Amino acid sequence: MAILELSHLKKYYATQKAVDDVSFSIEPGQIFGLLGPNGAGKTTLLRMITGIFYPDEGTITFDGKKFDPENDIQRIGYMPEERGLYKKMKIGDQAMFLARLKGLSQPEAMAKIKYWFERLEMQSWWDKKVEDLSKGMSQKLQFVITVLHEPKLIILDEPFSGLDPVNANLIKDQIFELAQKGSTIIFSTHRMEQVEEICDQIALINLGKKVLDGKVEDIRQQYKEHLYEIKLDREIAAGATSSVFETVNQAGNKMIVRINEGRTGNDILRYFLDQNIEVQHFGEILPSLNEIFIRLVHGTNAVTRSFHNI
Amino acid sequence: MNKIFLVLKREFLSRVQKKTFLLVTIGLPVLIFGIYAAIFYFSVNSSSKTKIMVVDDAGLFKDTIAASSKDVTYVFTNGVASSELEQKAKSKEIDGYIVVPKGASLDDKINLVTGTKIGIMTRGTITDAIQARLEKLKMDALPVSQDLLKKAKAENKVDFVNINDKNDSGMRAGVSYGVGVFCGILIYMVLLLYGTSVMRGVMEEKVSRIAEIVVSSIKPFQLMMGKILGIGAVGLLQFVIWIVLGVGLRLILIPILFPEASHMVATGAMGAGGSAADMAGVMQALSSINYPLIITMFFVYFLGGYFIYASLFAAIGCSVSDGQQDAQGLTLPVTLPIIIGFVIMMQAVNDPTSGLAVFGSLFPLTSPIVMMARVTQGVPDAVSWWELALSIVLLFGSFIITTWFAGKIYRTGILMYGKKPTWKELFKWAFRKN
Repeated sequence: MAILELSHLKKYYATQKAVDDVSFSIEPGQIFGLLGPNGAGKTTLLRMITGIFYPDEGTITFDGKKFDPENDIQRIGYMPEERGLYKKMKIGDQAMFLARLKGLSQPEAMAKIKYWFERLEMQSWWDKKVEDLSKGMSQKLQFVITVLHEPKLIILDEPFSGLDPVNANLIKDQIFELAQKGSTIIFSTHRMEQVEEICDQIALINLGKKVLDGKVEDIRQQYKEHLYEIKLDREIAAGATSSVFETVNQAGNKMIVRINEGRTGNDILRYFLDQNIEVQHFGEILPSLNEIFIRLVHGTNAVTRSFHNI
Repeated sequence: MNKIFLVLKREFLSRVQKKTFLLVTIGLPVLIFGIYAAIFYFSVNSSSKTKIMVVDDAGLFKDTIAASSKDVTYVFTNGVASSELEQKAKSKEIDGYIVVPKGASLDDKINLVTGTKIGIMTRGTITDAIQARLEKLKMDALPVSQDLLKKAKAENKVDFVNINDKNDSGMRAGVSYGVGVFCGILIYMVLLLYGTSVMRGVMEEKVSRIAEIVVSSIKPFQLMMGKILGIGAVGLLQFVIWIVLGVGLRLILIPILFPEASHMVATGAMGAGGSAADMAGVMQALSSINYPLIITMFFVYFLGGYFIYASLFAAIGCSVSDGQQDAQGLTLPVTLPIIIGFVIMMQAVNDPTSGLAVFGSLFPLTSPIVMMARVTQGVPDAVSWWELALSIVLLFGSFIITTWFAGKIYRTGILMYGKKPTWKELFKWAFRKN
């Protein structure tokens, strides 16, 4: 059963449709990537899932029941893209305050804070103020605050922005572990390489509409251009073509070919084997999500939407 | 409810634990009273003495000018040459001299030559002393007995007796005037001070983007109410501290500074001098004021007014995103009624039953300030019971409306970045459905 199910979600502002009929569902324990260019409507969508905004139309089903913001937000952790903390408040007090707002009791919150501070090596920060922290440090604190109350659904908006590779990896490991323990994670970003690395499933949003969704592998298959990369043991005559494939690009003994319809990779291999040419490397080129993303979004007026009035 | 309390607690503690809180709470009144005490002290115990030499060749003053103040002394000398006097004045041995030439009459002008600048107050004292002396001498020359003259000059006292309230003496009117103005100004300051404090708090939360994290845990309305209540609690604490301080100062400082005043109160004015009787009158009038009513009303109007203005200020704070600069234009419509209330209050203490005063004390945006000035003059003399009841009902009715209104704006505004909204847009936020 899906932990979160959105069906025909709509949110219209005066001048535009921020979210226009978006539906998808997320299975428990998944890491779900929500992608889209700036101003696509990701943040509005997330704010509806976190109960900050009410949708104009459509329904959200959380954990099998109709989403009830008042009670269900206790089981959701949200880390917004624009991070904010009380600058003059001590780190420990801050974590305690936000944990208690999520409904934890004082001793419960204390135990959880200690656990996470130890885990991310932040114990010595307790009495520091946020204004004394570096950007990366406050990012870590923000992450801890988001996951402190062991939410079933964790929503992270651009969680790695501003983190150095060491800390980014640290957080990434925590995300994997949380998913393994059964938390579901929604991960919103426009950095595609991170999505490919982390996410099981994605949805791409553009201009408020869902453009595609599915498993990362399936999507790459779906958008493949039937290209293969081949490395041979010797150089062959340029522009070799056959009924099996046509050469797209060739440099020395390396070449990229497009397979003709109805043929398979084995046909290409057989072609070279028949000529007694050794194939040192053979692989299908799948488009990266980045390429798919650009292909789908390119040409739409995506950029102009980032400057919206409400 | 529990979450509103968590926010309240944070707001309260984060303000009270700051060092500046103690500094402002204790330092400010001490500073103000200190300055007043210093001004008072120095004006009473002025150290500058003025010495005037008088060469009275005509015998005009009959060798005395009654010094009305210890600061000015008149020294009569005969047979000192005016050149010598001039020398003394130039060397500042004396401050000035008067030479009355032989044959001068009581109606002649008196010339006072000075070597230094003499302040306007001292000039007044000297003029009064000389005139009083000359007047006395002129009267002595009249063919009328001194007693008759005294009788003719005696002032008639005018007593105001209110048939509804026997305590309504003239003295009491003066005192309740003072208490009324004091309460009005206090509420005026409270509204501005704590109102803008709420606004700054909301703005800080929005600009630092903490608001989005908090509203993903609790409702925006809870965040707003927690903040308003928390800052209100800080205000109440400050008042309690001030009241304790005030009582303490009264008990400790007044006996030290004015030992004779407390002695007078203790023995009950013995009419030895006019000022002692006045003092006793003030004390009596102060104790005849209905304190329980005034204190209750003070807290009713303090809370009602604070909630109305705090929610309006919160609405403004959440609508701007670039800090103070942006807020300026929007705060004016909110601070304006406070200032208008203050102006009406100054009118209302003089004439508590005028149409303007009645309107001002019923209109909820000005009533906290204006009604305080009227209530101190007595219920039901200056304010009828039904007016008071209506005013309180209106106050709390509009408190509910403004809080609702602000909550609606807050919900939209706290997460809205970008350009400053217009008033039209704010109303749109308030009245659209979620």
